[in-house]
Amino acid sequence: MNKIAQLLQNNKKQILESWMQNQLADASLRDDLISNEELRRQSDELISGLARATSSGNMDNIYTPEYEPVVEILSDISITRARQGFSPRETGMYVLSLKQAISTVLEEKYSEQPEVLYKELITTHKLLDNLSMVTFDTFIKGREEVILRQTDEINEISTPVIRVWEGILALPIIGTLDSARTQIVMENLLEEIVNTGSSIAILDISGVPAVDSLVAQHLIKTVSATRLMGAECIISGIRAEIAQTIVHLGIDLSNIKTKASLASALQLAFSMRSVEVRKINKNTGFSLTR
Amino acid sequence: MILKKTRRSLMIVMTKDTMQIVREQDVVPFRNRVRELSTKIGMSLVNQTKLITAASELVRNMLKYANGGKVMLETVSKNAQSGIRLIFMDQGPGITNVQQAMQDGFSTGKSLGLGLPGAKRLVNEFDINSIPGEGTTVTIIHWKHGR
Ligand SMILES: Nc1ncnc2c1ncn2[C@@H]1O[C@H](COP(=O)(O)OP(=O)(O)OP(=O)(O)O)[C@@H](O)[C@H]1O
Ligand SMILES: [Mg+2]
Repeated sequence: MNKIAQLLQNNKKQILESWMQNQLADASLRDDLISNEELRRQSDELISGLARATSSGNMDNIYTPEYEPVVEILSDISITRARQGFSPRETGMYVLSLKQAISTVLEEKYSEQPEVLYKELITTHKLLDNLSMVTFDTFIKGREEVILRQTDEINEISTPVIRVWEGILALPIIGTLDSARTQIVMENLLEEIVNTGSSIAILDISGVPAVDSLVAQHLIKTVSATRLMGAECIISGIRAEIAQTIVHLGIDLSNIKTKASLASALQLAFSMRSVEVRKINKNTGFSLTR
Repeated sequence: MILKKTRRSLMIVMTKDTMQIVREQDVVPFRNRVRELSTKIGMSLVNQTKLITAASELVRNMLKYANGGKVMLETVSKNAQSGIRLIFMDQGPGITNVQQAMQDGFSTGKSLGLGLPGAKRLVNEFDINSIPGEGTTVTIIHWKHGR
């Protein structure tokens, strides 16, 4: 059996203690996020896994079956830490402090044989550096998952359908209208048309930074779907620069009712529903009559 | 013999940057970067929007037909006028008939077929180079005071 595996097995307790000390000594470790017992359990498991993996003699390729349990434990820890809001430093320190612990024990044991010590240290460092790469990879993956989930949440909340008046819905769209977003917008809108029995929907795109052919296509689709439901769609909030771009791009929106502002779209909607907006006497305010 | 000094207009690249485009999520940061650069050189809002929309079309094509690629973003200067040059490079299947692809309404993707011809109309300079089996490179330039 090779020296590292032997060391991990025979000196497990000593390594674990020293590792735990290293971890806890790191002032940045947040004990509000993980308990000492939990940390000890994880660390114990990892050393055992590492002892088993290294006993195969393979000390450099961690993408082999014998390292699977180790990589799994590490990935698990990194993903969990990413979700819990640990910093990359805290997560990376986990493996890096094990490197320190093993090195210390190696130094004690082979202090009389510098050549052996040197060789074993190099091997250990290489192996643990590889493992720390795994930590970073999965940590980032964990963070990306969080971001994706947040994106979904933002998509959901940023497409409200507003009942502006009886029979009139308004849908302010803010941000980029990609395929996934369009799906949500369309679903919300059609559902609300059914629920409220509305006959007019205003899609306001003041908050859409650019209208390229994909966005235009999505808008056209939404309008067609609305029409199939027996309602009419008005697109408002077409800014001057967007209008020019649409023309150069060659997109034909002539079949769609468009307005520059939400106010003028509302006005159109009111007149389509035979609602009149007029000023009342002495400028005391506005009144709406039907 | 008198050597006449000719004033050749030379294009100078002032800044240079590359972005990898591999998935849909890369589109928005890319567009924001283009907006940032064009704001920096003082491009008007209309011209910015034209450039960004053209860039958006090309980057979407890259994703849809070539599985992604990379874009070089440059601020350039010629005849004392500054502008933005974007070079879209992919290693996708290429386009066999570029002339056809440049026509309004031609699409192999059941789409509007307006991306390429529309992008060409939106910017000051447009150049496409495609080798079937090797990939496609599209270069666009939009000047600060473009039309
Ligand atoms: N980077 C590319 N690699 C390979 N083929 C491309 C590439 N870009 C465009 N094409 C081809 O050229 C055609 C025309 O492109 P264009 O962008 O004009 O239209 P589209 O993408 O089909 O539709 P739209 O852009 O209007 O949604 C595409 O259908 C595709 O066959
Ligand atoms: Mg296209």
